[in-house]
Amino acid sequence: MFVLVEMVDTVRIPPWQFERKLNDSIAEELNKKLANKVVYNVGLCICLFDITKLEDAYVFPGDGASHTKVSLGFFDDILIPPESLQQPAKFDEAEQVWVWEYETEEGAHDLYMDIGEEVRFRVVDESFVDTSPTGPSSAEATSSSEELPKKAAPYTLMGSISEPGLGLLSWWTSS
Amino acid sequence: MDGRLPKDANAALLSNYEVFQLLTDLKEQRKESGKNKHSSGQQNLNTITYETLKYISKTPCRHQSPEIVREFLTAMKSHKLTKAEKLQLLNHRPVTAVEIQLMVEESEERLTEEQIEALLHTVTSILPPGPEAEQQQSASDDVAMDEEDPA
Repeated sequence: MFVLVEMVDTVRIPPWQFERKLNDSIAEELNKKLANKVVYNVGLCICLFDITKLEDAYVFPGDGASHTKVSLGFFDDILIPPESLQQPAKFDEAEQVWVWEYETEEGAHDLYMDIGEEVRFRVVDESFVDTSPTGPSSAEATSSSEELPKKAAPYTLMGSISEPGLGLLSWWTSS
Repeated sequence: MDGRLPKDANAALLSNYEVFQLLTDLKEQRKESGKNKHSSGQQNLNTITYETLKYISKTPCRHQSPEIVREFLTAMKSHKLTKAEKLQLLNHRPVTAVEIQLMVEESEERLTEEQIEALLHTVTSILPPGPEAEQQQSASDDVAMDEEDPA
């Protein structure tokens, strides 16, 4: 889920008098540049882990409509397509939620996927979309998160809940 | 994004506990240093560390410690699981056989029922339950349990 990634970078910082402050300002610059940003083909960057003499290491989570959207809180762009729900599934138009038509000997139980319920899902795929601006990289100096096009998410996870044990936690815990 | 290529895209796996420690320490450091000169530039860091910490705090790693993790990894040696599988067990603390099946690939071929039970016992006895499991535990203590889950 979370990985440590080494990166090499050149960070331009103003000269500081004390070495301790130098490391702090490098850390600050790097976090400013990468925290909460997606790195292409790697994942969402959380924060700087450590500065070694020559290299830096970062922490990322990775590995690995009708779409159901799931959120981890710190990362939102997670989709579960209808075919990856517990089957058979139907969409209840009145309630506007997906329903697992769970069958036992007594007949079908409709298990509703209510909004806000906690689910366990498996990550089955990830996709990166290069949303970097085509202008010169000096655009980085401003707060670039507003400049990213809102339509395409740079990093999306595809999830599945179609195995035993997946889906709403309440379906699988004894109570 | 700059599109800088990382040297090694999967340099090391981190457990949720390690990330929890890291972010908690970072939060302390930033509180102590006090200054907010770069507050606008640090907003992204604040957001992501807050949200990630919030997520991890609801998971079983909340009550883990380096000693517990060490004890867990030692106990895991006899179970012949991959590093990634051990990490899943550490991060999620499964309590049912169906969860083990999700986390261990081809578990039906690799583990007998007794081995799954043994694994569950190891996991639940060494790793402390997470905050949500504790809530469920105190709720279910008041109610008689007889129905099992739909599995």
